[in-house]
Order: sequence, then C-alpha cells, then structure tokens
Amino acid sequence: MAMKENLRTLLGAGWLGWQMEANWTDPFLFLVYSVAKPVSGALILVFMYIVILGGVAAQSTAFAYIFLGNAFFIYVGQVLFGVTWVIHEDREHFQTLKLIYISPISFYYYIIGRAGSKILIATIAVVVTLLFGVFALGIPVDAFTMDWGLLILCLTVGMACLVSIGIALAGITFLTAKHSGGINEGIAGLFYVFCGVVFPITQLPAWGQSLGYAIPVTYWLEAMRKALLPAQQLQGTGLQGIENIWLVALLAVSALFFYFLSILIFRLGDYLARRAGKIDMTTAY
Amino acid sequence: MNYAVETKDLTRIFRVKKRRRRRSGSKGAEQDVTALKDVNLRIEEGELFGLLGPNGAGKTTLIKILCTLLLPTSGKAYVAGNDVEKDPYPIRRIINMVSGGETSGYGLLTTRENLWMFSQFYGIPSKEAKKRIDEMLEAFGIWDKRNAKVRTLSTGERQKANVIRGFMTDPSIIFLDEPTLGLDVNASRIIRKFISDWVRETSGRTVLLTTHYMMEADELCDRLAIIDEGGIVACDTPRNLKRTVSKASSLMFEVDYLRDPDKLKGIEGIQNFTYKHNGQMNRTLLTFIVQDESAVADIVSRIVDQGAKIHSLEKREPTLEDVFVSLVGKGLA
Ligand SMILES: Nc1ncnc2c1ncn2[C@@H]1O[C@H](COP(=O)(O)OP(=O)(O)OP(=O)(O)O)[C@@H](O)[C@H]1O
Ligand SMILES: [Mg+2]
Repeated sequence: MAMKENLRTLLGAGWLGWQMEANWTDPFLFLVYSVAKPVSGALILVFMYIVILGGVAAQSTAFAYIFLGNAFFIYVGQVLFGVTWVIHEDREHFQTLKLIYISPISFYYYIIGRAGSKILIATIAVVVTLLFGVFALGIPVDAFTMDWGLLILCLTVGMACLVSIGIALAGITFLTAKHSGGINEGIAGLFYVFCGVVFPITQLPAWGQSLGYAIPVTYWLEAMRKALLPAQQLQGTGLQGIENIWLVALLAVSALFFYFLSILIFRLGDYLARRAGKIDMTTAY
Repeated sequence: MNYAVETKDLTRIFRVKKRRRRRSGSKGAEQDVTALKDVNLRIEEGELFGLLGPNGAGKTTLIKILCTLLLPTSGKAYVAGNDVEKDPYPIRRIINMVSGGETSGYGLLTTRENLWMFSQFYGIPSKEAKKRIDEMLEAFGIWDKRNAKVRTLSTGERQKANVIRGFMTDPSIIFLDEPTLGLDVNASRIIRKFISDWVRETSGRTVLLTTHYMMEADELCDRLAIIDEGGIVACDTPRNLKRTVSKASSLMFEVDYLRDPDKLKGIEGIQNFTYKHNGQMNRTLLTFIVQDESAVADIVSRIVDQGAKIHSLEKREPTLEDVFVSLVGKGLA
C-alpha cells in the first residue's frame, strides 16, 4: 500500500517536473536553458584549464581526466541547484508548497520525483558534452571497450546520493526566505574542489584529502572515468589502485552515510520551519 | 469518541524581529505577537463549524496549526484525536485545506492537469480522479476552463479550482479559510451550497470555516465561535448567540451629520454603540444595542443637543452582527 502510494507520488512529481522543465511549448528555450547552458558551462571550464595548464594535449590522460570530471559534474550542479529551486518556486511562485506539504505524501518521494526529471534533462546535457568530447576533442571513449556494468551501477548509486544531498538542502531551504542560491552553490563549489573534478585529490593538503575521501562524489567521478576509459587512467589520483568492486563498495557506503545524514538534516529543517511558520511563507510582496 | 478538532489552551506566539540597524547598541530587538491565546475548542464530527473574527484575530493561525503547517507555541491541538505536533501524518490523510484569495497552482499546467496531479498525491486512482474532477468542474461551472492553463484563469476561476482541489480528495475534515473571499454573488452561492450539501451528504464529514460574512456564517454554520485578539469570546449555535442579545434590542438612527458622535458613548443602558458617516447624504447612521429601552429618551435628547435632526429610527431583531458588535466592540467590514 505504502509502496504504491510512494510510487504514485514519485510519478506525479516526476510528471510535474517534466512538464515544468521541458517547456515543450518552446523547444528552443528548452534547448538553450536545459542543454546548451550546462554544456557550455562544462566546456568553458575545460578550456580554461587547458589554457592555465599551458597546453595539455587533447589526447592526454590528464585532459580526459579533466574533461570527464567536468562533464559528469553537470549532474551535481543541476540536481543540487534544481532541488533547492523546486522548494523556492513551489513556495513563492506557485504557492503550492503548503498544499503539497499537508498532503499525505512523503515529501522525500516528491523531491525524488522532481529531481528525477532534473536528472533526465541533465543526462541530455551530459551526453551532448560527452559526444562533443569524443568527436570534436578526441577523447578516446569507445562504446565497445567501455565498462557498461560499472557505468550503470555507479551512475545509479551516484544519482541516489546526489538526490539525498538534495533532500538535505531542501530541508535547509525550508528555513530560508529568499532563494538560497548560496547554499547549493557553496556545496557544489566544495565538491568541485575536494572531489577530484579537475585535479586529483592528492594535490590537496592532508585535511582536504580526508575530506575528499569522505564525500561519495569523489568515488563516483572516479568510477565514471573508469567505466568510460577503463584502459587510460591517470596515475597518482589516490584512487587508481582501488579495484572496481571496492570502488563501488566505498561509493555505496559513503552514499548510505550521506543518505542518513540528509534525512536527519531534512527532518530538522522541516521541524524548525514548521515551528517558525516558514512552510507557507512568501516574501514576494 | 474523538472530537474532529480539539484544542487545549492552544497558544501561538510569533516572534517578530524588528528592523535592525538601530543606532544604539541594541541589536534587533524582538517583539512578540500573540496570535492565539489559550484557545479551547471542541468541534464534533459532522459539524459545520464557523470561526468569525476581525482581521488579525488569529483565524488563519488556528487553521494553519490544525493543518499541520505550523506548530503551537504551547498547549495542544488534536485533529481526529491525533496530536498535530507528534502525529501529523495520520492527520494529513484525512484533511484538506482551501484558503480564499490565494492564487496557488502551477500556471503552465491546465486546470485539469493541476487537479489531477494533486489527486495523485492523495492516492486516488487516476481514472477515478479524472472522473471526479470532471464532475466537479461541471458542478462549479468551470467545465469550459478544463483545458485552459491555470495562469490564464481569472481570480474567481482559480478560487473555484482550489475549492475543487480541496473537496476532490474526499477529506473527513476540511478547513476553509474565507472560501468565498472576493467571489461574485453567484460564485459564492454555488460554493456555499456545495459546502452545506457536502457536509450533510455523508455522515462524519466535518467543516471548519472562517469568514467575514455574517450572512454566510449565519446561514451555513451549525455552531460558531467568535474570536478576537487570539481568544474565543463566544461559542454556540447562531440561534443561541442571537438569543444572548435578544434581551437587548438594536436601534438604528439616521440623523444629520454628527461632528462628534463619540459624545453619545457614555449613556447609561447602552451595551454597545457604532456609527457610520455617510458624507454624500450628509447623514450619520448610529447603531445602538441597548439593554433597556428607556435609554432611548436619553439618546434622542443627546442627539438633539448636538443640533441634529433625527430622520429615521428603526428597531431591529438582533442579528449576528449585533452579537459580534456586542462582544468584540466593533463591527466587521
Ligand atoms: N508569520 C507571522 N509572523 C508574525 N506575525 C504573524 C504571522 N502570521 C500571523 N501573524 C500575526 O498573528 C495575528 C493573527 O493573524 P491571523 O492571520 O491568524 O489573523 P486572521 O484572523 O486570519 O485575520 P484576517 O481576517 O485578516 O485573515 C496577526 O496579528 C498577525 O499579524
Ligand atoms: Mg486570515
């Protein structure tokens, strides 16, 4: 019974998200906002690093490392930003947050549903970026040598993990009046630096490395790279020695930890917001 | 048996931060607003219960607490026996809420899509939901707007769609915060009729409604609570409430424009007194609730003392408005 209800919530919210994101009445706008923007964002960063590093050869392992890191990081930005935006928009613009809040659904499932549609759309952007990388920049990803099993498994766990971080951010967003762009951007920035997106975490000071090892995104990005380019791995990432099975285990364990942490944060945020009367607060007077 | 709604010494205080940036060192002084103070209320299953009160009396705050949107500061509130603070989940299965004058909804979905989505959050099978939605769109006279985007609906149409959203989920208890606010006469009538039919159609359905319209409260509600400054000042059937002032009578004078009507305040035997100026006609309308009709002589002489002529005098049976005025000390609207 509960399963069926949650599934219904998930589908309802996913459907809603899809209707809102993919503004099908204007496919051009959709392409610009949901695809072109994240793709160009990722590419700009890639080219910046090429310039800073003074000409990393396009076929080099280091370049592939940077490129894949940025390509998959699109998910992080889109999901984290997306979830806090959902709360903000539902509360302020549509004034539906309170109605959804007092309905019998599990709010987690609502967020998962809404995040699901963000993931779907982010996937389009990631795929476009990857295709650009392969065909225009010569990243040697090969569909035949790729580790599809690892890709699908880790992508799934990675997304579950991002969504649970998103749930925690939703709890925090409950408490903030204005759109809290700061929080999600701060978290995304933190992940960008400490999770080996553009440089291996071994480049960080010891405390930074410890932090990196504690965040599941680190293992997830490594797993993505291993899945796409199994034969071409950068040395000295601090993770390259780990067997795939252990990488998956580490990802799963840290994701589980983050899952419980975010439930805790969400509950606390929910309680404090209900106490302060912020669930239905609108500031746009 | 549980009450549909029960509150025990329910109190809600809002902590409002005053603006900072004072010159002195005193940083952001806090000021408390007591929206509800020791409210004790019992609403039985099957009742159509009304809350009547002036602006800022605490009506919406009470509804928010009962809907599990807001926590009490102290005291208890139970909906169908469940503590709003500790057990919000069972409450959410059996309630719904509609508040008037708000424009909630996803603008880029159609009316039907919006309603359908909410029905999914209440676990109504999709086919059943669509059928119910269509029936209600028809009943509320917005069938022709079924495929219109919500953002293109008029205020009243949105309001109707919101009322449909509330009733569509077949709640046991529905909270209606000024459901007819801003609607035209016809639309209000449709909604009022729907509410009173709905609650009587199946036993065990309960409505808690707030309103500013005396007529609405009088016509619809089985029982009424009059709330002022966060406290319940009276709670009974509209009939009994009117009976409490029936010993008193209500006198309406239409007189020449009075410069200083407050001078009429101190007269003995007057339970309450309000006035309205009509600048256009250059007249003043005075309403007295008097315990003892011997006060009439005093009133008349005081009016004449001010040099005004009395154009009409009317004695009325007490209305709910009179009850309200005698309890709260001011009229609504
Ligand atoms: N979020 C809030 N923060 C601070 N004060 C609040 C808040 N919500 C309500 N109040 C205050 O609490 C009091 C009661 O407000 P409430 O909205 O319950 O009144 P109401 O009876 O619904 O009035 P109305 O008839 O105008 O709708 C008011 O003084 C209001 O200013
Ligand atoms: Mg109100």
